[in-house]
Amino acid sequence: MPVELPGTQNSAMATATATANLPRRKLSQGTRHTINGLLFASPWIFGLLVFWIYPTLASAYYSFTKYNGVRNPTFTGLANYIELFTKDEEFLAAVYNTVYFAVVSIPLAIFFAFGLAMMLNAKIRGQVVYRTIYFLPTLVPEVALALVWVFIFTPHNGLIAAPFRAFGSRGPCWLTCAEWARPTLVLLALWIIGQQIILYLAGLQDVPQDLYDAADVDGANFLSKFRNVTVPILTPVVFFHLITSVIGALNFFAIPYIMTGGTGFPANSTLFYSIYLYKNAFHYLEMGYASAMAWLLFMFTLVVTLIIFRSARLWVFYAGGED
Amino acid sequence: MVRRLRGFGRSVLIHASLIPAAFVFTLPFLWMLSTSLKPDVQFYAYPPVVIPSPFQWSNYPDAVKFITFFLYLRNTLTIAVLATIGVLISSSLVAYSLARIPWRGRNFLFILTIATLMLPFQVTMIPLFIVFKNLNWVNSWLPLIVPHWFGGALYIFLLRQFFMTIPMELSEAARIDGANELKIYYSIILPLSKPALATVAIFEFIARWRDYIGPLIYLSDQEQYTLSLGIYEYQTQYGAEWGLLMAASVLITLPIILLFFFLQKTFVQGIALTGIKG
Repeated sequence: MPVELPGTQNSAMATATATANLPRRKLSQGTRHTINGLLFASPWIFGLLVFWIYPTLASAYYSFTKYNGVRNPTFTGLANYIELFTKDEEFLAAVYNTVYFAVVSIPLAIFFAFGLAMMLNAKIRGQVVYRTIYFLPTLVPEVALALVWVFIFTPHNGLIAAPFRAFGSRGPCWLTCAEWARPTLVLLALWIIGQQIILYLAGLQDVPQDLYDAADVDGANFLSKFRNVTVPILTPVVFFHLITSVIGALNFFAIPYIMTGGTGFPANSTLFYSIYLYKNAFHYLEMGYASAMAWLLFMFTLVVTLIIFRSARLWVFYAGGED
Repeated sequence: MVRRLRGFGRSVLIHASLIPAAFVFTLPFLWMLSTSLKPDVQFYAYPPVVIPSPFQWSNYPDAVKFITFFLYLRNTLTIAVLATIGVLISSSLVAYSLARIPWRGRNFLFILTIATLMLPFQVTMIPLFIVFKNLNWVNSWLPLIVPHWFGGALYIFLLRQFFMTIPMELSEAARIDGANELKIYYSIILPLSKPALATVAIFEFIARWRDYIGPLIYLSDQEQYTLSLGIYEYQTQYGAEWGLLMAASVLITLPIILLFFFLQKTFVQGIALTGIKG
C-alpha cells in the first residue's frame, strides 16, 4: 500500500503514519531485496551449480570409478588412488616435475618481480616504458610464446647458442635433455612476471612517504629502511603473489604441452601434473583415473593454500589498524 | 654537489640493471619479429642475423595462405566477442547483487565465489566435458562461449569491489524516487563503472583470444579451430615453417599489444585492483 504524502503540512501525522508503517514496510523491503538479490545473482547461482558444484561432486564420484566417458562408470573404490601411488611411475615423475617447478620458480619470481619493481619505483626516467616492456611478454599468446622459445632454445643453432658459440662451446642442451629441460622451463617462466611487477609497483607506490621520512630522521640507512618499512608494507602483495603463483604452478599446462606436444620429452622431464592428467582423460580415456588425479591436486592445493593462509599471521603485515 | 653526484650515480646504477632486464624481456618478441621477415637460410645463421636483409615481407602473405588464417581469425573473434559480452552482462549483474542489494545470503554467495578461484580447473574439466558431450555441444563453440554467460568469479569479485566504492546514498535516493533495481543498475551504477567494466572486457577478451586448453579440449573439427590451434599447422612432417610460423605469431600477438598500448591505464589499474584484497 503506497502512502502518498502530499507536502508536509501535517508532519506529525506523516511521522505517525511512517512509524506505523515501519515494521511492515521494512519487512516487505527486506523481502524485495532478497528477491532482487537472488534475481540479479541468478545467472551466477545457476553457473555455480552447473559449472562448479555439480562438476566438483561428479569428479569426486568419478575418482572412485573406472570410466571412459562413454559407458557408465563402474565403481572401483580406492583402486585409482592406490594405483597412482604404488604403480604409476609417470605420475610420480609428474608430481616431482611440478613440485620442482613450483619450489624453484616461485621464489625466483618473487625475487625478480620485487627487485625490478623496487628499481622502477626509484623515480627514474622512463618508468612507464620499462613497465610496458616488462609487461609485454604476458600478452603474447601462449602458443606463440612457447613456439618462439622452442626456436630460440634450439641447442647448437638457436639464438641462445650464439654466445656459447662465440667461446667455441656448444652450450647446454636446453629443452632436449632431461637434466636441462626443467631449469630451462623455470627460466622461461621468469619471463612472464609482468603482472606481478605491476602489483609490486602498485604496492610500493602506496607506501606512505612519511614512514621513510621518519626513518630518515632516525638515521636509518637504505638497508634498514628496506627491511623495516618496504618489506613489511609489501608483505600482503607477496602473500597474494604466493597464493596465486602456487595455484598457477600446480596448473602449469599450456607452455610445456605446446612445446612437447604433451609427450613429456625428454625422459618425462617436462611431464607436468596437468599434462599427465589431461593425457589420462583425453588420450587414454581414463576419466576416472584422471578425476582421482584432479581431486588429489585439489586437496594438495587446498592444504598448501591453507598453510600459507595460516602462516600469514606470522609474516604478513596489515597496516589497517594503524591508519 | 656531492649529493647530486650520488643521485646521478644511483640512477646510472638502476638503469644499468633495468636496461639489460628490458633487453631480456623484449628479446623473444624481437626475435619473433626478426624471424618473421627472414628467408629460410638465415634462421640458424651464425652469427645470428638480427636485422634480415632483404626483408622477406612475403612471409606474411604466405603465412596467411599456408593455413586458413582468416577462418581461424573469424572463429577466434566470434568466440572472444560473444564470451566477452556474456561475461560483462552476467558478472556485472551478479556483482550488483553482491555489492548493492542488501540481502541475506549474499556474503555466503560471495565466499563461494572466491572459493571457486581456488579450485583447479582440472577438477571440473572432466565432468563438464561429459555434460557438454551429452548436450552434443562438443566440437562446437558453445562450451567455449555459454559458460561465460553465467558469470566469472574473478570478474564478479573485481566488479563487486568497484561497485562498493560508489556511495550507497545514490542508490537510496534513486529508490526513494521510485527507481527499481534494474534501473539503478543500468542508469547509475554501470555508467559510473566504465573503467572497471573496460578492465573486465579487456581481460576476458585477451583471455579468450589466448585461450589454448579450451579449444584443445572441445574443438576437433578443423573448420572450428581458433588461431591458437591452427598455428600448429606450420609444423609439418618436414619440420616447422619458422618464417611463416613467426609471421603468424606476430599477427596474433599484435592486436593484443595494440590494445594494451591504447588502454594501458585500464590494464594497470585492473591488475592493481585484482591484488587489492589478496
